[in-house]
Amino acid sequence: MDISTFQAYAYFFFTAFMVVVLYSYIYHLYSSQWKGKRDYEKYGDLALHDEIDDHPIEKISENDEKK
Amino acid sequence: MENRPLEYDYTVAKMFMLTTVLLGIVGMLVGVILAWEMAFPAVNTIAGSGLAEYTNFSRLRPLHTDAVIFGFTFSGIWATWYYVGQRVLKVSMAESKFLMFLGKLHFGLYLLVVVSVVVSLLLGITTSKEYAEFEWPIDIAVVVVWVIWGMSIFGLIGIRREKSLYISIWYYIATFLGIAMLYLFNNMEIPTYFASGGIGAWYHSVSMYSGTNDALVQWWYGHNAVAFGFTVPIVAMIYYFLPKESGQAVYSYKLSLLAFWGLMFVYLWAGGHHLLFSTVPDWMQTMGSVFSVVLILPSWGSAINMLLTMKGEWQQVAASPLIKFMILASTFYMFSTLEGPIQAIKSVNALAHFTDWIVGHVHDGVLGWVAFMIMAALFHMAPRVFKREIYSKSLMNTQFWIQTLGVVLYFTSMWIAGITQGMMWRAHDEFGNLAYSFIDTVAVLHPYFTIRAVGGTLYLLGMFLFAYNMYKTMTSGRRVEESELQSASPMGA
Ligand code: HEM
Repeated sequence: MDISTFQAYAYFFFTAFMVVVLYSYIYHLYSSQWKGKRDYEKYGDLALHDEIDDHPIEKISENDEKK
Repeated sequence: MENRPLEYDYTVAKMFMLTTVLLGIVGMLVGVILAWEMAFPAVNTIAGSGLAEYTNFSRLRPLHTDAVIFGFTFSGIWATWYYVGQRVLKVSMAESKFLMFLGKLHFGLYLLVVVSVVVSLLLGITTSKEYAEFEWPIDIAVVVVWVIWGMSIFGLIGIRREKSLYISIWYYIATFLGIAMLYLFNNMEIPTYFASGGIGAWYHSVSMYSGTNDALVQWWYGHNAVAFGFTVPIVAMIYYFLPKESGQAVYSYKLSLLAFWGLMFVYLWAGGHHLLFSTVPDWMQTMGSVFSVVLILPSWGSAINMLLTMKGEWQQVAASPLIKFMILASTFYMFSTLEGPIQAIKSVNALAHFTDWIVGHVHDGVLGWVAFMIMAALFHMAPRVFKREIYSKSLMNTQFWIQTLGVVLYFTSMWIAGITQGMMWRAHDEFGNLAYSFIDTVAVLHPYFTIRAVGGTLYLLGMFLFAYNMYKTMTSGRRVEESELQSASPMGA
């Protein structure tokens, strides 16, 4: 296989792979919400409640116990 | 130890706010001079033929581009970083002497770079690579500034109270990493004096790449400078400032994450659209076109997310000039991210390339989107960093309409000019002889160049109103209480 054919295949499969990754990510975002693992929308509040004495949305010290 | 409650420390943010305003005026003033020079060539020698070396178009053009990109825009990026960064991470720079020192060092060295860039460009010392004109000693200084910024980003993240990083922080990090990679690779250069054992000036260099490779690396850089200088950090701003000012959380946080990864992946492949019909491999040109079109999706993902954030709150657009600036910014973002892909289609590009349509596209993006968003951000920050009300709401409204008119005059005239130019260049008679010579196009374009110059002058006028309003806010705006600063910014009549 010459180099340009190889490039073409590599390019095609890489793109296809990235598309799969992207759609899996969408699925992951929504499924975490249905399954109650993590509600991504709450992070929108990070911009609104940003005073230094506001309660953090997720405290840094909380260790990562599975919610 | 005094026992004051902990507060955010905006010292460094304020320093960069100052340079944003100043360099904005300088950069756009030079832009306006350029625009008048194109309409009336006599302006090139306006200061007399003795000084023509410093006032002619070709000497000033890189000064314009570098002043507005690396001066105005980057100052704006850093002003907002040193503001937003602390707030969404819920940690104050006052808590770390080291970070405070880094911030000030960042600003000081940056000023030094600005001065050396202005002086060297005016003297005509340049590597001749667009947006990468700086010679090697300045490049080294830029890298140092950049590393310091990186240290202060990750330093602040390291001592944060808030565990999750808000979407804006992702975009700032991407800006940092993206530009770091692009800048290093594109500016690989060999100082000729040292390599040749003493020939020529010590500050000159040649690129390590040559020919087509040089062009490819240059436009991979050039286009991604647009990505990581004009898009990614500005999106970082709008994701914070629009929700905060309107009191509405971002419409869909999930969409913001998705658009982030989409943008990161797609943008890096689009640079080939600057080199259509050139000597780079055909598949690379096609890839550049295809990825440019795909780029609409993540771009519009963010922009639509912003417009939907205003759902049910559209009365705020009418009521607040600050929200107006941001909504117009995201609208222009959508507009130029639709226009860009259209220009990247090969058949359209055959007409548009080298014409004024490209310049029109650049400026509906930078004037309508980048500069509007940066000014909105500074307007939002001003009451919070100075603890004073914005001096005048009506002045803001006036500025908004003057500048909007300026942008519209700018891009409409360049569209007509560009397409006319493209059509005239390719027109031929039945024997294949070109129908027009170059000077024919110049004569036809004269009115449009004049309209652009008028539009640019209006925009610059708006910049002066902006600077005046900011100055009055800082010095004589009514003092405000913390409680007035929750969402919508307080504004005087
Ligand atoms: C008062 C506002 C402005 C005016 C009147 C103005 C005018 C101009 C002119 C006359 C040119 C040269 C076009 C040519 O070579 O044919 C130019 C190029 C350029 N300007 Fe501006 N400008 C303004 C603001 C800005 C701002 C705010 C930015 C970015 C933040 C910007 C970014 C650029 C870039 C990137 C180019 C190079 C475009 C290319 O190579 O295709 N300009 N501008």
